[in-house]
Amino acid sequence: MEVKFSIRRYDPESSNAVSHFQEYQLDLNDSSTVLDGLIEIREEIDGTLSLRCSCRSAICGSCAMRINGQAGLACNTKVIDVLPKDGSPIIVEPAGNLPLIKDLIVDFAPFWSKVNAVDPWLKPEGEEPEEEYLAPNEDMLHLAGVMSCIMCGACVSDCTVLAVDENFLGPAALAKAYRFVGDPRDDDDDNRLKMLNGNNGIWDCTRCMQCVEVCPKGVDPMGRIMALRDKAMTAGYNNTNGARHAKAFSDSVKHSGWLDELQLPIKSFGIFNIKAMIGLIPLGIRAQLNGKRPPIFHKSIPGADKVRKIFDKVENKI
Amino acid sequence: MQSHDVLILGAGLAGMRAALAATEEGVDVAVVSKVHPVRSHSGAAQGGINAALTDRGDDWKDHAYDTIKGSDFLGDQDAIEIMCREAGEEVIAMEHMGAIFNRDEEGKLGTRSFGGQRQARTFFVADFTGQALLHVLYEQIIKAGVRVYEEWFVVSLIMEDGKCSGAVLMEISSGHIEVARAKSVILATGGLGRVFEPSTNALICTGDGMGLAYRVGAPLMDMEMVQYHPTTLKGSGALLSEAARGEGAYLLNSKGERFMLEYAPEFKELASRDVVSRCEQTEINAGRGIDGCVLLDVRHLGEKLINERLGQIRELGIDFANVDMVTDPVPVRPGMHYIMGGVKADVDGLTPVPGLYAAGEVACVSVHGGNRLGANSLLDTLVFGRRSGRHAAEASKHMSHTNINDSYANAVKIQLESLLDNPKGETFGQLRTDLGATMNQHLAVYRNETGMKEALAKIGEIKQRYKSVYVPDKTKIFNTNLMFTIEMNFMIDCAETIAISAIDRTESRGAHTREDMPERDDENWLKHILISKDGDQHKLSYKDIVITNWEPTVRQY
Repeated sequence: MEVKFSIRRYDPESSNAVSHFQEYQLDLNDSSTVLDGLIEIREEIDGTLSLRCSCRSAICGSCAMRINGQAGLACNTKVIDVLPKDGSPIIVEPAGNLPLIKDLIVDFAPFWSKVNAVDPWLKPEGEEPEEEYLAPNEDMLHLAGVMSCIMCGACVSDCTVLAVDENFLGPAALAKAYRFVGDPRDDDDDNRLKMLNGNNGIWDCTRCMQCVEVCPKGVDPMGRIMALRDKAMTAGYNNTNGARHAKAFSDSVKHSGWLDELQLPIKSFGIFNIKAMIGLIPLGIRAQLNGKRPPIFHKSIPGADKVRKIFDKVENKI
Repeated sequence: MQSHDVLILGAGLAGMRAALAATEEGVDVAVVSKVHPVRSHSGAAQGGINAALTDRGDDWKDHAYDTIKGSDFLGDQDAIEIMCREAGEEVIAMEHMGAIFNRDEEGKLGTRSFGGQRQARTFFVADFTGQALLHVLYEQIIKAGVRVYEEWFVVSLIMEDGKCSGAVLMEISSGHIEVARAKSVILATGGLGRVFEPSTNALICTGDGMGLAYRVGAPLMDMEMVQYHPTTLKGSGALLSEAARGEGAYLLNSKGERFMLEYAPEFKELASRDVVSRCEQTEINAGRGIDGCVLLDVRHLGEKLINERLGQIRELGIDFANVDMVTDPVPVRPGMHYIMGGVKADVDGLTPVPGLYAAGEVACVSVHGGNRLGANSLLDTLVFGRRSGRHAAEASKHMSHTNINDSYANAVKIQLESLLDNPKGETFGQLRTDLGATMNQHLAVYRNETGMKEALAKIGEIKQRYKSVYVPDKTKIFNTNLMFTIEMNFMIDCAETIAISAIDRTESRGAHTREDMPERDDENWLKHILISKDGDQHKLSYKDIVITNWEPTVRQY
């Protein structure tokens, strides 16, 4: 079948180094992947096209890029699945949220420095046993789900927080951190959670689901970040905006059956946090002007007692 | 100029294991890799790693015998003994470093069955064992603070005063050429799969290490021994792990018959790889295949087990062949997967070139002989990676640097400039396609003299065409086309040594099956073929195999 690729090109050495789209016409078949197309271009049509790729089996993590605006591995994205119906080209661009080097190649240095920041190695306590550490198979299988992360950076590319705050540790590094916190052999949970609970850590995720959506290996980075939040709060790390926000949220719903939006930011930031309180004033004014101010007096909804019972049941179960 | 005690080329399992072992010896170590370490092809190993643990009622001697029989008695038994004896220690070390592994009911490491072995002794992490181990070793490299030249390409080895004294490197992100001086150099660059098309190997597996070593006079051994894996996916040629058969999968022909019951009544689908690949090819050639394939059937294993232990290959089937193995059998065929041969190395990784070591797939120790058992390659990388790293570090303590300078960089610069100056014409892509097709046609599961000679002639022709190969990209930053063109030259050397060695071995043994000489010939061929460069020519020599305890017998599965 006739397929058009429109590829974002960038040559840092050219005199006017700006990125532009270049179109290529290919003849591919039903089982061809986007990577097959790119390799054909690179080897037969235009040898100046640069991209990283290696295994072609979704295991080396080299070929994450944006295809029609969404991050994914070129090697396991079938052309037929992303081919626009109207005959327009498949748009291929480098991964986002990382500095562009050339064509489809981005600089992974920030990615790895964040992974390295979570102390990504096992820290067992005490003397090593002569044989293996004993560990339940279910725990290991659970970790295998995180270990299957191939560090391709698709989640980082499309993370909506990283797009506005480059200091966020990001989904890949946090999933990696979970891999150790969740490991029964690791004995450094306390320090790990303390660090992850800090600035740029687990509480900066906005739960947009984008990382879950684009992960080619089903790692569920956001789910791991949420699990880390649970573990941090259980371990007593409650003194963050995020932890207070989570608590205020559930307290409100438990108490009245719905969310008290007026109290939520106050409880999250803390009433004595004068700077934050002042910072909320413009938001309050905008809400008022747009008719979106929450009621001053928060009343319980009918049947709130039933909601409370649900909470009791769930909490007792835990 | 950079300077290190031990310079390791390649950052897969062998390279990183060597780096850790050398670092533990307290010397200055650096690793060079043309890709980020976790992108290395070790990560693609799926099924597991073999070890005979005594507390599981297993014995390393049984593992050794299975390996020897698997090698069709071409493996060196002293080296195989070392590998099998040290296997348990190595697996446990990886577990202690953080590798997760599937467990049994008691929480101890669990095993699965693998081909050609009488015991279930393959330790595994679902079906991505290689990736799990690779990432753990990378974690340890970070922890130990080992210097990694990430995305640096090795252009040549430096020989001075009769010893290997370093390498000339190209930083891919800038095109900068740099000399790295070293007291010991360890090749851990992996295999050469891309010489064949198709191959299960990654695009980076271009035989660089074998080409580099060959050019400085190191002999390559057992190069005729090329493994075709029995279950590669129709179409893309992606690998479907032996773990599928380890968990109980059937192989079926077009009539729906489990043909392995006939060929290998005892081991059935779990006979050694060369045997299963041959049987598949025989079925296909006899017209009992489907579109050049046979079928891999796991439906009877049930969705739960498939998801838990074969999840990745289920995904591969869905992604690359539109088949969900839970509901349908998957079309598979033998596909080039591994080279048993490589740079001749002893049990400490030392090659006949002073200062030069080799470990992992690039090396030939020879523990795999004529046919490697599944899950012995990860073991090989770790055991001989560690031994090489330790030996190279220890040796470097008693050595001073050879007196070399940047002139080596200048020589490479001139060579690359001349390559870039070639006038417009054929690029590496066409050469690679032609080479791969030739190898896959004539040096595959079944071989014969006429075909192999035809291949050798074709390789000679490609070698000529390479002299005027055109590099369309003239930039410095990430000039991947230039890199592939340099790799192409390594691949031509590899192909030539494979073809010459294969023509020379006038018998059928292991993966080397000749239609014109179907019998194994123990009288004349219990020896390795070594090929080394001799000016513009090559020379062959021979080395008797080492037999310690196990005399060659008829091989049946």
